[in-house]
Amino acid sequence: MTAVADAATLVRAPAEVRSARIRGFIYLILAVGTYGLLASGTEGDVIFRLGEVAGDLDWTVSSKGLATFSAAVFGFLGGWELTRGVGRWSNVALAIALGIFAFAFLGFAAAGKSLSLVGMLDGSVKAATPIAFGALSGVMCERVAVINIGIEGMLLTGAFMGAVLGTIVGPVVGVVGAAVAGGVMAAGLAVLAIKYRVDQIIAGVVINIFALGLTSFLSAQILVEDSATYNSPGVLRPIPLPLLSDIPVLGRVFFEQNIFVYAMFVIVAVLSYGLFKTRWGLRARAVGEHPKAADTLGINVFRTRYVNVILGGMIAGLGGAYFTLGSVGAFNENMTSGRGYIGLAAMIFGRWHPIGALAAALVFGFADSLQVKLGILDSGIPSEFLLMAPYLVTIVVVAGVVGAARPPAADGQPYVKE
Amino acid sequence: MTEGPELVGGEPEIREQPPWLERVAPRDVDWRSLALIPSLAVLSALVVGAIFIVFTEGFDAILPAYRALFTGAFVGWSSISETLLVATPLILAGLAVALGFRAGLFNIGAEGQMTIGGLVAVIAGFSFEGLPAILHIPVALLAGFLGGALWGFIPGLLRAKTGAHEVITTIMLNFIAFRTLDYVLKLPGIQAEGRFDPISQPVLPTARLPRILGWLPVDGAGGLRLHVGLLVALAMAWAVHWLLFKTTWGFEFRAVGANPHAAKYGGMSVVVAIVLVMTLSGALAGMAGGNETLGVLGRASPGFTAAIGFDAIALALLGRSHPGGVVLSAILFGALRAGGRTMQVQSEVGIDLIVIIQALIIIFIAAPELVRAIYRVRGGKETGQLTRGWST
Repeated sequence: MTAVADAATLVRAPAEVRSARIRGFIYLILAVGTYGLLASGTEGDVIFRLGEVAGDLDWTVSSKGLATFSAAVFGFLGGWELTRGVGRWSNVALAIALGIFAFAFLGFAAAGKSLSLVGMLDGSVKAATPIAFGALSGVMCERVAVINIGIEGMLLTGAFMGAVLGTIVGPVVGVVGAAVAGGVMAAGLAVLAIKYRVDQIIAGVVINIFALGLTSFLSAQILVEDSATYNSPGVLRPIPLPLLSDIPVLGRVFFEQNIFVYAMFVIVAVLSYGLFKTRWGLRARAVGEHPKAADTLGINVFRTRYVNVILGGMIAGLGGAYFTLGSVGAFNENMTSGRGYIGLAAMIFGRWHPIGALAAALVFGFADSLQVKLGILDSGIPSEFLLMAPYLVTIVVVAGVVGAARPPAADGQPYVKE
Repeated sequence: MTEGPELVGGEPEIREQPPWLERVAPRDVDWRSLALIPSLAVLSALVVGAIFIVFTEGFDAILPAYRALFTGAFVGWSSISETLLVATPLILAGLAVALGFRAGLFNIGAEGQMTIGGLVAVIAGFSFEGLPAILHIPVALLAGFLGGALWGFIPGLLRAKTGAHEVITTIMLNFIAFRTLDYVLKLPGIQAEGRFDPISQPVLPTARLPRILGWLPVDGAGGLRLHVGLLVALAMAWAVHWLLFKTTWGFEFRAVGANPHAAKYGGMSVVVAIVLVMTLSGALAGMAGGNETLGVLGRASPGFTAAIGFDAIALALLGRSHPGGVVLSAILFGALRAGGRTMQVQSEVGIDLIVIIQALIIIFIAAPELVRAIYRVRGGKETGQLTRGWST
């Protein structure tokens, strides 16, 4: 075993070398671009405010220095990829480099001004929450080899049900109803994908179109006519956790949020433990990697897939409720605006692991929050380009990273019992 | 661990042969699966749609709603003109998606490709002042073609070179296209003068697609909006049919879709085929966009594509990715849309019901066994189905 592992580190597959080389060149281009555009064009310092009020925990940096540092990191990683290859840590390296670049960019945009970093990180966590729920839903489904493109539709249905039930009955029922609605959508996907063996990507797209049509139709028929009765659930208040919320910076960012954010952390923990440390997780993963072998050992492949996909849908439904009950306070047509697809990219970026998915969602959330902040700062960059940022990041991630990540072996293949 | 061929470094991604293509883009003509299943699918979708009407508006609303749907779609020259008018961009966008399916590629980006194509066509349409219509129209349509081609080329190249799944990249490019449209429409020289909202200058009369029903001996025939774009779309359907089934390129595209291994060992370049198909697919969608801006709207504004690119997916599936089937399905969807507007005006039922019906049609088409089970249709072989994963 060790000899094999050693050999694997010595000899790299040609495909790996090739993708490392591509990444290396991209890093070098980014390094030159960062230096040329950011470092050479800025003067002055930027003040990052870490505390609640100005003057409390300020951190002053030179914009130029920060940009130069970011360019140097890109250059270093480019060199590393081109010579030895970063290997299995390449996703982490990319995330760190992009994070540093984001700071450099902020420094560039806010040179000579001050900026509330806590507010921005707080915004990142909030923006990351629905993306993380979507990504976790994807992890649940794809670990048992069912591709879930329908996350977007499940989020949207969850958002709708959350708003309606949240208004008519109450927020708790709204949250539960949203999860159930997501689960029902997922059951539809499961029947199509598992029983009728419909192409899973097409089935997912159908779920999305159906959910969009359904929620828009019901919204126009029912919600618009009397929004006070059906569509004004209000927003769940943040619940500061005792003691933890007193920690400087981190307390405000992580422990002074509403119930959805805590639920997200709990689900990440439960799934990370469940999938990799329990009998249930081992069985689920076996079904995803080699369903035939799992079946031979007496695991019910179909039931495992149904259960996981429906649970995944419930997670997405819960994430959908965040839009209406956790952030906006009312349902609007197509209010998820592609967050489900970004969740899918976060799942791939996070290598089909709950913690990876959460980390990736936080990266996307940061990009989202950055865009909002830069819009306020009036950096001279048109807001449309800033709004493109999360989508561009997704393309870069999918193009640059997917080759290095490995999905479950049976992903997307229906199982036919012999 | 896994059976099947190993990935070789430096090679494009190679997939297992996907039997689902046989369903989405069949080679054998079996009248059952070609005509009966789609008809039953449409019928079933309308029945389920009626359940939604009962749920929201009560039982009595069904008949008036569906009567208005039918009248608005087929009764009278004005309805027929509107049905075909809506069908025109659907034909082009549907061909775009169908062409992708034939090569095993799922282009969800028709919406974004339409956006860019329509935008570029408008820019060409209000530039070139003084150009005669006979030149201006082709130039503007070609501009839309090229704009869409660029937006299809990007995911094609990413797919062929890095293995990035076209489903994700095209969806992301849709959002990027919408934001690009918002940005470009506010640029000086493009934004209409005296306007502060994002809206383009109007297309010059020489670039507007001429209306073609003025000769009809009925009152108000000059007001019928059907334009020459329909003939362009039909010509494109013929061209795609010719390309797919009569040329070597088309054979290669279909071979790559059916079995990339065989195509590769047969000496075909999978990379070139993927890039070319996505580019042409984008170009067709771009023409659909140009068709809307030059023919119907006369200018570009945010959201002018009106989800036509997503309807295109449904009708490519319904038409079994065959150009003829796409044309028929587009006319059906045109009828649903045009009739849906009348339904919205004349009854209490909103036009979003049409989206639900369309989604249901895809479900029934994609899962023919469901339709078979409901109606107890016999015959017509169905194969198990394999899809490709994200990277292998």
